[in-house]
Amino acid sequence: MNFKALTAIAALMVAAPALTFADPDNDTLTINGEEMVTKAPLPAHLEDSMLTEIMSGWHFRNDDTQAMQMDDFDNPGMLAVEDAAAAWDTVEGTAGKSCASCHENVEDSMKGVRAVYPKWNEKAGEVRTLAMQINNCRTENMGAEPYKYDSGPMAAMEALITVQSRGMPVDVAIDGPVADTWEKGKEIYYTRFGQLELSCASCHEQNYGNMIRADHLSQGQINGFPTYRLKNAKLNTVHGRFKGCVRDTRAETFSPGSPEFVALELYVASRGNGLSVEGPSVRN
Amino acid sequence: MKFATLTLAASLIAGAAAADVVAPGDVKMDEYGAVAESLTGQPGNAAEGEKVMTTRSLGNCVACHQVTALEYAPFHGNVGPSLDGVGDRWNEAELRGIVVNAKKTYDGTVMPSYYRANVDGYIRPGNAYTGKAADDSFGPLLTAQQIEDVVAFLSTLKE
Ligand code: HEC
Ligand code: HEC
Repeated sequence: MNFKALTAIAALMVAAPALTFADPDNDTLTINGEEMVTKAPLPAHLEDSMLTEIMSGWHFRNDDTQAMQMDDFDNPGMLAVEDAAAAWDTVEGTAGKSCASCHENVEDSMKGVRAVYPKWNEKAGEVRTLAMQINNCRTENMGAEPYKYDSGPMAAMEALITVQSRGMPVDVAIDGPVADTWEKGKEIYYTRFGQLELSCASCHEQNYGNMIRADHLSQGQINGFPTYRLKNAKLNTVHGRFKGCVRDTRAETFSPGSPEFVALELYVASRGNGLSVEGPSVRN
Repeated sequence: MKFATLTLAASLIAGAAAADVVAPGDVKMDEYGAVAESLTGQPGNAAEGEKVMTTRSLGNCVACHQVTALEYAPFHGNVGPSLDGVGDRWNEAELRGIVVNAKKTYDGTVMPSYYRANVDGYIRPGNAYTGKAADDSFGPLLTAQQIEDVVAFLSTLKE
């Protein structure tokens, strides 16, 4: 190592304490009075990462944005949940059925579902995201048209199902039949895409807590999805967010619903194992 | 007819100017990542470099770096170190090398390479920020002139 590099490192060390202004906060998230787990011990499969604990993206938002998520009356994402509750009972497609025809009461039948997705579907022999499962029910059981993968109605239906698991710990399986897909997702997570050569880890593992322009970088967790973003004033899906992040590296993105994003979703979900399901969350 | 003549003239001028410019593939970098020769054969313009550093669609350097001299421009990030005093820490050749391709100075750094043009060296290179695949318009993030301008500005950052 040359002398100049040493000087630069010394300069970095001196600068380090000043960076704490951008650290995540220590506030407590309650939703309608129920306390959420927003910081959790590192899952065993992340031991080779640079993280020491996992954290919800909620800690990286400002107080006003945080407050909007604490009460369903203030959470704009809940309007979409109401729409989806109506869609749940609406008969669509050639089989003359609604979601309720098979699953009855969403509060009971969908409790715990969000927390374990993406997961292996034995019959189909594939890893399924919640969106894939919703569309599978629509096409196979209802004879209805699938929702567009990252559309508003899809995000709304995901939000309705997610609310039924709120406060439960994310608990996706990473072994057995999903192990290959999980490995593939991990590889994508650490690949430096695009002309800017940045991986998910470049921003969300190496630099969470730091500012990139006006954005306070979080760990890029998905326990809060779908997220209502103030920036585009709608509910956003996981794959919609992935697409935006890959695009921002000046890369050719993958498509929502692609095998790459399904694998990445499984892997990123597993990085949040232990955090509460908090969707629909509010972000900027 | 007139239009065609004009375009031809313009491309001749561009061609003449380009002759003195070191192409991204021809940059000579030493083993520590420094680039001794100016990419344009001429000194850069610090005032222009300042614009490149603060403009989002150009260098956007302040997205990652705090610079006290540029405090008038909003939203400085801290993914990279503060650039205050960087003109004392590095000489011109070293600064040029860092802006051209910081990965040679700092192994594995997240700082993008601003003067590396070959599409083949990237994974899924895109067409700017469209999310689509790169096409024939793919080129380095900054021009040789912009690199020299940025280097000129960085050299002014002394304590
Ligand atoms: C150039 C930096 C950068 C890269 C590379 C990047 N992201 Fe992001 N990402 C951001 C920013 C900025 C935000 C918004 C602030 C935040 O929540 O971190 C964000 C937000 C997110 C969120 C929303 C978190 C929440 O709580 O709502 C997820 C999920 C995410 N990113 C996943 C990814 C994944 C997966 C990759 C890789 C495919 C990736 N990001 C690559 C910058 C980046
Ligand atoms: C995505 C983040 C990012 C961007 C954008 C970026 N840099 Fe950097 N830069 C870094 C990091 C990180 C380092 C420290 C090297 C390391 O440890 O990886 C660095 C180091 C430097 C250094 C050496 C600093 C010192 O203290 O010795 C200079 C000079 C520099 N960058 C200039 C620039 C210029 C000029 C631009 C824009 C044309 C720019 N950077 C854009 C992240 C970035």
